[in-house]
Amino acid sequence: MPQTFTKSMARNIFYGGSLFFLLLFLALTFDTSRALPERDRRDQLDTASEVGQKIAHGKMLWETNNCIGCHSLLGEGAYFAPELGNVYVRFGNSKDAIKAFIRSRPAEGIAGRRSMPQFNFSDEELDAIAEFLKYSSEINTAGWPPNIQG
Amino acid sequence: MKYKSQAVAKPYFIAAIALFVAQILFGLIMGLQYVIGDFLFPEIPFNVARMVHTNTLIVWLLMAFMGASYYLVPEEAERELAAPWLAVAMFWIFLIAAGLTVIGYLFVPYSGLAKMTGNAILPTMGREFLEQPTITKVGIVIVALAFLANVALTVLKGRKTVVSLVLLIGLTGLAVFFLFAFYNPTNLVLDKYYWWWVVHLWVEGVWELILGAILAFVLIKTTGVDREVIEKWLYVIIAMALITGIIGTGHHYYWIGAPEYWQWWGSIFSALEPIPFFLMTIFAFNMVNRRRRNHPNKAAVLWALGTAVMAFLGAGVWGFLHTLAPINFYTHGTQITAAHGHLAFFGAYVLISLTIISYAMPLLNGREANSMRSQVLEMWSFWLMAVSMVFITLFLTAAGILQVYLQRFNEAPQQFMVVQDKVALFYWLRELAGVVFLIGLVVYIWSFFAAAKDAKEPAVSSEAAASA
Repeated sequence: MPQTFTKSMARNIFYGGSLFFLLLFLALTFDTSRALPERDRRDQLDTASEVGQKIAHGKMLWETNNCIGCHSLLGEGAYFAPELGNVYVRFGNSKDAIKAFIRSRPAEGIAGRRSMPQFNFSDEELDAIAEFLKYSSEINTAGWPPNIQG
Repeated sequence: MKYKSQAVAKPYFIAAIALFVAQILFGLIMGLQYVIGDFLFPEIPFNVARMVHTNTLIVWLLMAFMGASYYLVPEEAERELAAPWLAVAMFWIFLIAAGLTVIGYLFVPYSGLAKMTGNAILPTMGREFLEQPTITKVGIVIVALAFLANVALTVLKGRKTVVSLVLLIGLTGLAVFFLFAFYNPTNLVLDKYYWWWVVHLWVEGVWELILGAILAFVLIKTTGVDREVIEKWLYVIIAMALITGIIGTGHHYYWIGAPEYWQWWGSIFSALEPIPFFLMTIFAFNMVNRRRRNHPNKAAVLWALGTAVMAFLGAGVWGFLHTLAPINFYTHGTQITAAHGHLAFFGAYVLISLTIISYAMPLLNGREANSMRSQVLEMWSFWLMAVSMVFITLFLTAAGILQVYLQRFNEAPQQFMVVQDKVALFYWLRELAGVVFLIGLVVYIWSFFAAAKDAKEPAVSSEAAASA
């Protein structure tokens, strides 16, 4: 690099640039926080309501069974099993179909094929998971995924 | 090795390599499960193997970063480490916590582990890469803070160089952003939005500072180029890393519920994210070409150059491939993402770790460089691992392109599992490349034993070399 470009100039670009873009990022985050209530269906999450409690319980079950270790949710997670952000729609807007699928997984798997484990969920737990997935499908994701297959 | 306390780096490096081996073995298990779906089912389901694969990676990279810091900070500060005993204590705490966590993953059903560790009190588990029980996360914070205090105190009391300052800023960022791992609201959009403050702002932000600082240190030592020149480069590289990378976080906000304007911010800034990696490549080759000395540790120089090139390919080129929003609309959450993830992590963070280990381990063992035989093995291991990782990436990219076409970019989109069957050939090829990677890793470990043997009987090998 030419001698006219000094180390202290490089240092100032680092500190000045990083600080500026960090502040810009925080400003965009602030703006996003104000826009999110219109997009993230937080109206459903009120824990005073039955649906809100179910979704919270469902998300906890989603997490404590490490569903993200095989599936993706809104495109994030593992790529071993289908996307579940839109599974509620893919299963014909039916919570019962989701529950039936999870309930029917064979404990010993399927010979030679990928299979979801049998988690032995109670009916109440299955209901909570399905409610959580229904809520996930209603988030405004700017039109993603491209089609129903996820 | 100029300062006695640098020796605390050694156990960190050894543990890092041991965890690296575990990571690769579980990677091979997963790779096989991709094509033989019921392999080890239900004993080790895919999600468990994946947790072990990704979590051991994170822990061993952190171990290597810590070892690197304990090695290079005393030398930069020109004084002993502030508290060597603390570094040793933290090593054991970290290793035992990581070991127990992996044992928990493997031998307890995940929901049982959540119950055992009181996840309900402060639920943080079950999110990608942050699967660790909450108490393990608390342990990580304690270890990170003790480590940071130790390193910071050493820097403050001693000579302050740009290398140690940049390293310190990177490590501070690492600790600060990890705190977002404890924020886990029911609101899925907020959960994801701030989850990226750990994941993205680590690997596409502050970790690049750590990478840059370690690379600069090794280049100063091995090329003898004037520190002023190297430090100027370092500032420019990390300036570009943060200027592009912070707003570049936006490329994760396209489809998770955040406003559409992130498609613009994310696309423009993340399209610029290859720049720091490109600069790093020019930097590394320039410094080696302008070297004022020929360091006897040729292998370390190869790892350093390899880091620059592979990081540019993996993080830069493969990141750019799918970062523009109209493209990402189709590639988001497919094997394209997996391809990028593999080459980026390997090229940038695995290779910088192996660079500092290659440079420092001989010195920690009381010699400037290992025997030529050992270095040749090391160089073989570099090429085996680097080339096989490029092939893993190419095969996953091929699988990803087909997946996108069949499942998403098609008049008659097909189901996920149907598509998975159709691209199975590429998963087989990926697994094959993975086996070659493992061979490279075995050769790598072999090089350490060859070095130790040659150091014990130096006469035989050097005389043989002289007479040849």
